[in-house]
Amino acid sequence: MSQIEEKEVKRENPVTERLLNGIVKENPTFVLMLGMCPTLAVTTSAINGLGMGLTTMVVLALSNVFISLLRNIIPDKVRIPAFIVIIASFVTMVELLLQGFIPFLYDALGIYIPLIVVNCIILGRAEAYAYKNPVIASLFDGIGMGLGFSVALTCIGAVRELLGAGEIFGIHVMPDSFVPVSIFIMAPGAFFVLALLTAIQNKVKIIGERKGKDMSKIQSGCNSDCMNCADTGCARRLIDDKTEKAGEEEKNNA
Amino acid sequence: MSDLMKVSSNPHVRSKSTTASIMLTVVIALLPAAGFGIYNFGPKALLLILVTVASTVATEFAFEKICKKKVTIGDYSAVVTGLLLALNLPVSAPWWIGVVGGVFAILVVKMLFGGIGQNFMNPALGARCFLLISFTSIMTNFDCDAYTGATPLANLKSGEGVNILDMVIGRTAGTIGETSMIAIVIGACILILFGSIDLRIPGTYILTLAVFVTLFGGRGFDWPYISAHLSGGGLMLGAFFMATDYVTRPITKKGQYVYGVLLGVLTGIFRIFGPSAEGVSYAIIIGNLLVPLIEKVTLPKAFGKGGEKA
Repeated sequence: MSQIEEKEVKRENPVTERLLNGIVKENPTFVLMLGMCPTLAVTTSAINGLGMGLTTMVVLALSNVFISLLRNIIPDKVRIPAFIVIIASFVTMVELLLQGFIPFLYDALGIYIPLIVVNCIILGRAEAYAYKNPVIASLFDGIGMGLGFSVALTCIGAVRELLGAGEIFGIHVMPDSFVPVSIFIMAPGAFFVLALLTAIQNKVKIIGERKGKDMSKIQSGCNSDCMNCADTGCARRLIDDKTEKAGEEEKNNA
Repeated sequence: MSDLMKVSSNPHVRSKSTTASIMLTVVIALLPAAGFGIYNFGPKALLLILVTVASTVATEFAFEKICKKKVTIGDYSAVVTGLLLALNLPVSAPWWIGVVGGVFAILVVKMLFGGIGQNFMNPALGARCFLLISFTSIMTNFDCDAYTGATPLANLKSGEGVNILDMVIGRTAGTIGETSMIAIVIGACILILFGSIDLRIPGTYILTLAVFVTLFGGRGFDWPYISAHLSGGGLMLGAFFMATDYVTRPITKKGQYVYGVLLGVLTGIFRIFGPSAEGVSYAIIIGNLLVPLIEKVTLPKAFGKGGEKA
């Protein structure tokens, strides 16, 4: 009983819980393995990774807010087209802003900025979280996921830049005798570094679990298993609870 | 004869060959090529070979110790990988190239996929391609004391003449182990005599490349041109020692012919239509990746299954 109470207390602050969830527990890149296309393609340097991550974060936070606001208006059957329209609007805005104010990043990211529309992290968060949850929680879910994505992309970009060019954020750090391993700034290097960082992340998680910490995922992505679901804010859970109660009442009546 | 009949489960007839004995045969078969490389390029080649072999064996030992697995360096497979990789390096390469390549071959290509017998790609070739992409200028610099300038295949591609006799004996620029056709063929004969390999894959591979070069080389049936293609570059080393790698070749007989033809066509495409002069290593790696598909298609039917369709 005390454990359940503790969990309830912990979950009272959705802001920190959502942020932590996005950055660590359900990191979109290292845990959920979502948004692989920009992850592999644009992380040739740390600054490109950071730029892509932050751009995605802005779009993700804004689209989460609007989808959450409109969640009672959008009909269930056309929700995907509705999500896409909202996301695409924000992507267009961000693209124009980048082109106007940060042209070097716009040039470096190229086609991958318009492709944020089809980034499955954004659509995934809209479908799994923002469509069922209140506005503030959705906003911080978007920021948390976006930060997690940024952290992951910056890490991958930094390792690739360090090994492939001997630099981090454009600053030369390796000794002069270091010969750049240029495969790391090409496509295969992205796979090597992603696999390596995911493995390190899993190892840390396993060590943490052995020490008794609760590192398990919080099921905000619904797997229809409401009994073991920790997401108390989930709309589906309420429905299921009601039907369960109705079923019990029927039994009682019989 | 006693009335007591002993019943035991199969297999009843066992071969004496073990992984270690087969790998040792391969090491011995590689010695002529390695020896010629050392004679041809000097003591620096010997040093590079030793460093590379030491790094592959040490990597395998360290990985298995750290992961608390059975140590398998006694089966010589790491030695074969290191030796093959070293024979694929130019003599001008610095010693750390051998170390980086050796660690990559064993750690990434072999051990991370489950160790001996589990790797999906020839470790030596995987490492060679890794080095070739990463350090292109070092890996294609064939300048040394004995020879300077381009490899025979590069000369051939740019339309210059080549000396076939030099290519057959091995007095040309190139990687440590690929230059001498004679030394490699001696090694291949050892392998064939000991029954370690047969001619299915190398035979179809070389034949297909010869046909391909005749058809698409633009010179028709020009015997010097074709024989230059066959004796130049890494074809002989690749065909006899790498394409026949037990782990990464197809098991089915039909599949081995398909594999050989595939390698020949790919090598021909890379050499004639590709931007670089050589393509054996990329061809074999792509072939390695297609092996599961080839095996699936060429799976022999079990006795009594299939037959004519009604």
